[in-house]
Amino acid sequence: MLRIRQLQTISVNLNISRQTSQYSQSAFNGIIYKHRPCCCVRTFSNDSKDKKIPSIKDASVNLMNDSIQSSEQKHDGSKKSKSLLFGMLFTAFTLGTIWFISPTKNKPKEFKLEEKKKRPIQKNPSNSKDIPKDVPYLLIGGGTASFTAFRAIKSVDPKAKVLMITNENFYPYMRPPLSKEIWFNEDKELVKKKAFKQWNGSERSLFYEPEEFYTDCTSLMEAPNGGVAVARGWTVKKLDVNEKFVTLDDGTEIRFGKCLLATGAKPKLLPVFQAAKLNEKTSDLVKIYRDIHDFEDAYNLFEKSADVAVVGGGFLGSELACAMARKDAKGNKNVYQIFKEGGNMGKILPEYLSAWTTNKVKNEGVKVIADSEVVALKEKNKKLELTLNDGNTLLVDYAVIAVGVEANTDLADESGLEVDPELGGYLVNTELQARSDIYVAGDCACFYDTKLGRRRFEHHDHAVVTGRLAGENMAGARKPYLHQSMFWSDLGPDVGYEAIGIVDSTLPTVAVFAKSEKKTASKTLENENKDAKIENAVVEEEQTEKGEKRLAKSVKVSESGDEDFNKGVIFYLKDDIVVGVVMWNVFNKIGVARQVLMDHRKYEDLNEVAKLFTIHED
Amino acid sequence: MSYCRKFGPNNKDTVIFATKEDHSTTSNVKLPEREQQPGLIMPNGDINWNCPCLGGMATGPCGVEFRNAFSCFHYSEAEPKGSNCYDLFKTMQSCMQKYPTLYNKDLGDDDDDITSAAKELSLESSAENKALMTDGKQEKVKEK
Repeated sequence: MLRIRQLQTISVNLNISRQTSQYSQSAFNGIIYKHRPCCCVRTFSNDSKDKKIPSIKDASVNLMNDSIQSSEQKHDGSKKSKSLLFGMLFTAFTLGTIWFISPTKNKPKEFKLEEKKKRPIQKNPSNSKDIPKDVPYLLIGGGTASFTAFRAIKSVDPKAKVLMITNENFYPYMRPPLSKEIWFNEDKELVKKKAFKQWNGSERSLFYEPEEFYTDCTSLMEAPNGGVAVARGWTVKKLDVNEKFVTLDDGTEIRFGKCLLATGAKPKLLPVFQAAKLNEKTSDLVKIYRDIHDFEDAYNLFEKSADVAVVGGGFLGSELACAMARKDAKGNKNVYQIFKEGGNMGKILPEYLSAWTTNKVKNEGVKVIADSEVVALKEKNKKLELTLNDGNTLLVDYAVIAVGVEANTDLADESGLEVDPELGGYLVNTELQARSDIYVAGDCACFYDTKLGRRRFEHHDHAVVTGRLAGENMAGARKPYLHQSMFWSDLGPDVGYEAIGIVDSTLPTVAVFAKSEKKTASKTLENENKDAKIENAVVEEEQTEKGEKRLAKSVKVSESGDEDFNKGVIFYLKDDIVVGVVMWNVFNKIGVARQVLMDHRKYEDLNEVAKLFTIHED
Repeated sequence: MSYCRKFGPNNKDTVIFATKEDHSTTSNVKLPEREQQPGLIMPNGDINWNCPCLGGMATGPCGVEFRNAFSCFHYSEAEPKGSNCYDLFKTMQSCMQKYPTLYNKDLGDDDDDITSAAKELSLESSAENKALMTDGKQEKVKEK
């Protein structure tokens, strides 16, 4: 894996920032020094000049960190080390992150999924009498944005008492691994523990913090140093903006000083799937994919299935299809991916690159069915029959629907909050404020970006960035949204990218790709390469039929000459101004891309701008 | 030489293929100053409690104790630095002992760690830290 290899090198190269290193010999050795990589590693939201670590996988390292990886770093133990004693007491923390969303903007004909999930929601605490009734900070939603908001509040206001209310059964966790790493676990125990292996091989929980981190709802208000309590399985039904209280599903009222809405998004369902969900026979065969339960459901069923369909060609659909194909390394199953666009990530990537990516996804073992829509579903011998718009049918054990999400703004009507008619999401200003004392962050916030205009964004890092900003503002800051969040995706071993800004395939683009000199320099060399590849192909042929197929394809791709889209940078333009950047198999350059967006101007020659991304470096 | 191709509807997508040589000269584009995200210590010398490098340390159940101890250490002018912060460290440590999963994840038995830390200290003892080391040992004895 390209990314993994790269990260390993990088971890060796981590620069020690001067600031931090002064503590490496102190009492805080065990804390800050160990955590230092996290600082350096963050790609996301805080990238600094020295940052070397790129991507995603680390993104997870972002919010939380992981001392394990750095624990072997040497330190000079000679001085002032009484502290060591304390340093030794700690360990890693964690944070992680992530998530993206699927294609946005499928507007009209899609309904919400109203149907109640069959899983029982366990309320914890079970009785609302145990939930505090008047809190300084109330966070509605238990996802990434809410969690980072809590962190920011507590950083500014150390003794803050924060109540989080989530309708999920879980403490806050990161979603991105649900369509990526967690599928790759070889150890089933890890899956049960809801953990995954990070790029460096270390194990990490999906949960940002263990249960012990949180304060019990019953003791929050008495805790002298405050804390965060999480009421799980509870739903807020109404928000009274003027009187500053919310009403829970059992009618209980909770007053607040400041309130954050971080209710996230929910999967969209086209009417045809909506109908299938409501039909008893097909209901269990059609799955949505958003939370831990959805993952467990799809994962457990995958083992027993021979044919699986993923509907949707965006981030979630493409990642999930690739993850499933990879999970099925022996190639015993059929993983179909069906979408209406012409290629994978068709709403994001320019057409030629989307087509190129689709080839890569096929090489991963996914049977891609592009330009197609499912027009009917029915049960047939306990399997699901999908009828496509060209009349063909497909029989699968189950189908996962990943055709995008929509902002969860259920509270808007009753609470008198405005929702953006086009983009969805609660309308907020540049400080993420909807009304006095009411803030919104993450997927459900439609905010005003002073550079790029009104936006709503469904990605993990966006939840991190806006959650933190909203938290700081709730605790008294009045900061604007300036720091652009990023997002990333990986599709198999050959495709990894990071992006920032407005990345929309309908915009004009200018891309600069690295042209390999080797291939053009000598034809003989090219032929040699080809021979080498064909040899490999023979070797793999013996392994599996699928292997053979994959190899055959990859040979074909390389034959297409030196015009390959392996590595480069793509600029998205609005009125000739760069509004978005995709770094294609180019990592660690988010900071440069941010500067380009910040510059917000026309460039005479984008090839000159591309030079700043050093696309020829390994 | 780099060259251009056009793709997509109305040829809206331009693709430039550039060799390493094409990109070997310095870019003539000057970008604005990089937005500086503070690290652990802000430019004015204050501690950035929102630094992701702290993980949950400053915000967890012993966040206040941690902040007190770390602030004391950071601003300490004592010689050696931090030697005036012992009590605050002790307070932090006793708080952390109440949350073993959170603060001792991969450290195994605390006592062993303290023992080995003390050993390490004694091996590396210098005139400067001798007094401290002794303190540490006494502390350990008390605990036992």
